[in-house]
Amino acid sequence: MREVDPRSRFNRRNFLKGAAVTVPAAAIVATTSLGIEDAWAEDATALSPSALKTMVKVARDIYPHDFLADTYYIKAIKPWDGKAAKDAKIRTMLESGVGRLDQDARDRHKLAYLDVPWEADRVALLQAIEQTDFFKAVRSDLVVSLYNQEELWPKFGYEGSSAEHGGYIKRGFSDIDWLPKA
Amino acid sequence: MAKFNLNDDSVVVIVGSGAGGGTLGNELAQKGVKTVILEAGPRTELQDFVNNEWESFTQLAWTDMRTTSGNWRVAKDFANLPAWIVKSVGGSTVHWAGASLRFDDHEFRVRSVYGNVPGANLIDWPLTLAEIEPWYAKAEDKMGVTRTNNIPGLPGNNNFKVMEAGARKLGYKEVHTGRMAINSEPRDSRGACQQIGFCFQGCKSGAKWSTLYSEIPKGEATGNLEVRPSSMAVKIEHDAAGKVTGVVYADEAGKTQRQKARVVAVAGNSIESPRLLLNSASNLFPDGLANSSGQVGRNYMRHMTGSVYAVFDKSVHMYRGTTMAGIIRDEARHDPARGFMGGYEMETLSLGLPFMAAFLNPGAWGRTFTSAMEGYPRMAGMWLVGEDMPQETNRVTLDPVAKDKLGLPVASVHYDDHPNDVAMRNHAYKQGGGINSGQDYVPIGPLAPVWPFRVYLRNTIISQNTADKGNNDCHVSAMVIESLGHNLADDSTCFLTAPGDLPLGRRAPDCPGITHLIR
Repeated sequence: MREVDPRSRFNRRNFLKGAAVTVPAAAIVATTSLGIEDAWAEDATALSPSALKTMVKVARDIYPHDFLADTYYIKAIKPWDGKAAKDAKIRTMLESGVGRLDQDARDRHKLAYLDVPWEADRVALLQAIEQTDFFKAVRSDLVVSLYNQEELWPKFGYEGSSAEHGGYIKRGFSDIDWLPKA
Repeated sequence: MAKFNLNDDSVVVIVGSGAGGGTLGNELAQKGVKTVILEAGPRTELQDFVNNEWESFTQLAWTDMRTTSGNWRVAKDFANLPAWIVKSVGGSTVHWAGASLRFDDHEFRVRSVYGNVPGANLIDWPLTLAEIEPWYAKAEDKMGVTRTNNIPGLPGNNNFKVMEAGARKLGYKEVHTGRMAINSEPRDSRGACQQIGFCFQGCKSGAKWSTLYSEIPKGEATGNLEVRPSSMAVKIEHDAAGKVTGVVYADEAGKTQRQKARVVAVAGNSIESPRLLLNSASNLFPDGLANSSGQVGRNYMRHMTGSVYAVFDKSVHMYRGTTMAGIIRDEARHDPARGFMGGYEMETLSLGLPFMAAFLNPGAWGRTFTSAMEGYPRMAGMWLVGEDMPQETNRVTLDPVAKDKLGLPVASVHYDDHPNDVAMRNHAYKQGGGINSGQDYVPIGPLAPVWPFRVYLRNTIISQNTADKGNNDCHVSAMVIESLGHNLADDSTCFLTAPGDLPLGRRAPDCPGITHLIR
């Protein structure tokens, strides 16, 4: 069977499209953890850098894929800053959502959400706010803004658009080779 | 290409350019009848289609506001999207899968065969399989349905091979790549399937039958057919005698226009057709047009549906190739011993990664969900699709509050599962799961939860739409409504009961009703 190479085919045109353009290249290289110094959140216009970083952590806790670097979650979350800049209601919703999450985290763990070390503890905090507008808005946006990034499709074995390659008629539509002979 | 004057009252106006409207438009044009098709959506040609699920959804889907209620899961997960249908020339024939089945004999006589099913509003069709067979044959030839007219079946893709292996192991006999209106070899000036996938995003090779490029251009070539895109019908008008005089529509700029007509055919799908009839209420017809029976919008049917996804230990790449060329028909029979009336089919189904994330288990998150997603390349998918019971309370109405941008009430869809639908779905889940787990060479990974959101608008509605329900002047595709002076016709929205899978008549309205209309 023809397998899919999980390494991202770097596609400048697609990568520069949309939110990624606002992520400084240096930050992408440097972002292996979400330290306070990370540059990507510093040019935020409406939300505080720490609120954005908390939201990125929330994003990873909602859809944890260990093989994905933070850049994908940053790209998925960063547009919220622009939306908050345009709409005060959204800004308030996000700020109060992050505020509540941090408060819950402090009440339980004496730490901000971002600093709670165990994923299981953070997930429990998220479960407690699952029915809030904040969580629902972030999750329902994220399921598109994360999984619709073409750069991560090969990592999930998905090949995307096929018509320009002549479809799969000569590229393995029926190449399964492990089924027992009928 | 024809261009008719707004005041030309000699034209036939068809609302909608999909399976019903697009086909009727071509048939009328071929017979020399001047015809105007009003299509709410833009004209998106085959070369404009995109192999990208969300981008395509934005390009093609009907996303105008609708509301929902009832105990179906769709009302919770997709409250404003009761059906994934298309707003573009060609209608849902642009994104349909191509599966082209006939009704089974018993599906024409469900009241007689099933008897009285509490809560179900069953009636027999006023025609038999034998009567409709010549028309099925004609439609299959016209659409180029595989496994008919000596057209070979499509080759099976990886997803089909997994399903087939499991089905054989379970003892199923009628398992093949389906009767598909997708060319397995060049035919009717269209090429053979290139196994692109993305059947639901518009077939970029044109191998799949669609009124967009199969019927409409032929009609236009006669000089008798004008298709007016971005023209949203808002009201059907009539004179003092109740005879239809024309259609008011909003053009691309949102400006109101009025096309006069000698005959109006409503082919706007099972949600917008009743909405248009109800929004056309007048002093003479205060409950809406063609609604003296109060039946317009009632008995909304959408199939019993569900999906089964399983993750195997080796790769499947289910997204490669024709999306739905794979079927198991053994459970389509009527066999009450299984605990329900009617039957269902199992068909191959795949989604790309973006839609899989959104629809696998709407709302789910956390590691259970993401580990299923990480099984994507090893996943096989199946769709369960069966007959659902017509219920009077399953109904399209006008929303009392929500209005569209023209200020007109939007459609509201209420749907409750009937106990028979639930029993059938549970049986289908068990069998569908068995097909996967029956394959002893693979450990089952996380079995994806079922996805009750059905993908297509099927042979829905309405209407059992005459005073005498048992004597419906409905010939599958066209219904002439007596009270309106024989000049208002309704399309496929007059399915009296639902079959196991989308019957061909739904998409190939080259049927007696239209012949009757032309006469």
